[in-house]
Amino acid sequence: MGTADVEAVWRIESARIVAALTRFTGDFGLAEDAAQEAVAEALVSWPLASPANPAGWLMATARRRAIDAIRRRAALRDRYALVAADLAADAAVDEGIGPDRIDDDVLALMFVSCHPVLSPEARVALTLRVVGGLSSEEIARAFLVPVPTVQARITRGKKTIAAAGVPFELPQGAERRERLGGVLSVLYVIFTEGSTATSGDRLLRPDVAYEAIRLARTLAALQPDEPEVHGLLALCELTAARFPARTGPDGSPVLLDEQDRRRWDLSAIRRGLAALAKASTRGLGPYGLQAAIAATHASAPSVEATDWDRIVVLYEALGRVAPSPVVELNRAVAVAMASGPAQALAIVDELIALDRLPGSHLVPTVRGELLARLGRRPEARAELELAARLCANQRERSVLLRKAARLS
Amino acid sequence: MPKYLLIMRGTDESNAAMMADIDEMMATTRQFIEEMVKAGVLLAAEGLDDPGQGVVVDFSGEAPVVTDGPYGETKELFGGFFLLDVASKQEAVEWAKRVPAAPGAKIEVRRVPGSDEVPQVDK
Repeated sequence: MGTADVEAVWRIESARIVAALTRFTGDFGLAEDAAQEAVAEALVSWPLASPANPAGWLMATARRRAIDAIRRRAALRDRYALVAADLAADAAVDEGIGPDRIDDDVLALMFVSCHPVLSPEARVALTLRVVGGLSSEEIARAFLVPVPTVQARITRGKKTIAAAGVPFELPQGAERRERLGGVLSVLYVIFTEGSTATSGDRLLRPDVAYEAIRLARTLAALQPDEPEVHGLLALCELTAARFPARTGPDGSPVLLDEQDRRRWDLSAIRRGLAALAKASTRGLGPYGLQAAIAATHASAPSVEATDWDRIVVLYEALGRVAPSPVVELNRAVAVAMASGPAQALAIVDELIALDRLPGSHLVPTVRGELLARLGRRPEARAELELAARLCANQRERSVLLRKAARLS
Repeated sequence: MPKYLLIMRGTDESNAAMMADIDEMMATTRQFIEEMVKAGVLLAAEGLDDPGQGVVVDFSGEAPVVTDGPYGETKELFGGFFLLDVASKQEAVEWAKRVPAAPGAKIEVRRVPGSDEVPQVDK
């Protein structure tokens, strides 16, 4: 077995192993270290002799490393006997772990990795590494940061969890709902990094988006009664369904109105619509509403034949449950399609007057488009050039500059 | 991301072994499916009925010719599939190794190319 085989087994097992060890030891950081040691050992020993049961091998090795670490620590504190007794009891429990218990442990692991005491960057790194089973190198590649940066975020994150005394348990009652929202936003940040790369020379990184979809599917399986989990999954599936049409042969972005809709992934659309149906059982939340907007696009044969009135209504609803300047800007785009550019320009100008999205390239991008449609070409050109200066993604920037040039 | 189809190929021998303890097989398969759902990788899974119930539509001639199954000389018969959305071919293989299959059965692992891999004509 080679490195890729070890990584494949780890992808499948990491969440369960780290979750089980965290429950045994009560120490998330220790569990994660022990699990990583087991993977490192597997990378050395599996190519020489493949274990008959790779998953069992990883779990047993990780457990031994955890016990070693606790013994070292216990010796220091002269608590050896006490801890050894606890471990024996845990080992007995381990023989009879039911699937429900493992599910709860994996869910608890997601809640810990996305805990509000952690920095947003640490939440993303820990979730991908611990729950998703990605290596630091893979996470670094996904977020275009150096490997030591990822390692530092993970180390710091584990220290923060320990220092804050975050318990390994499922939050209950109202806290559960609130913390679930935190988990969803971490998954959405990961997805967004893949669907609209904030920097770099590529517009899309489908492999990063895939990790978010996979984690969202796991969460939907573990929390089937939470509509917003299905809403997020629907949003991700429906957005990813357009990936094949979103870049041209040379990698340049293709905007919605110019996309070849025959390239949209029909299977992903069907999965997205199925998830959206589950999300709408008790009225849509912010993710469900965004998914409903994506679904409206997905079911339209063309830009002209899109139900823009419905999209405007959905954006209005979204603006009420999750007010944000970006939602306002998107509403303006929908209003332009439903009722014309003049009304939309008023919405954008109000955003500018209130300085709600300072420094964003999106505002001048939309304003430029609207001015162009109104025939105010010199103003439109200036806006698009401003947008290009503010945009960090090279691919998007060149599209903006091309559009501006066409207006001269 | 690439998807993979795990194609179950049974023989008379493996089918007989499976049918001998069908309740046990159904239970372990159900458990395996749940595991893949929770891992976020399963897109679809189906098992097929007795090949004797099938028909074959043959396009060798000018018009399609319909004949009843079974298929004649075939030693291994397609008996069901799992469609997975995984990170790598190695992961697809790792899942394939975990399929509850009766002795003699085989699982073929085939990649499903994404629609983004269809060549695009530069306009």
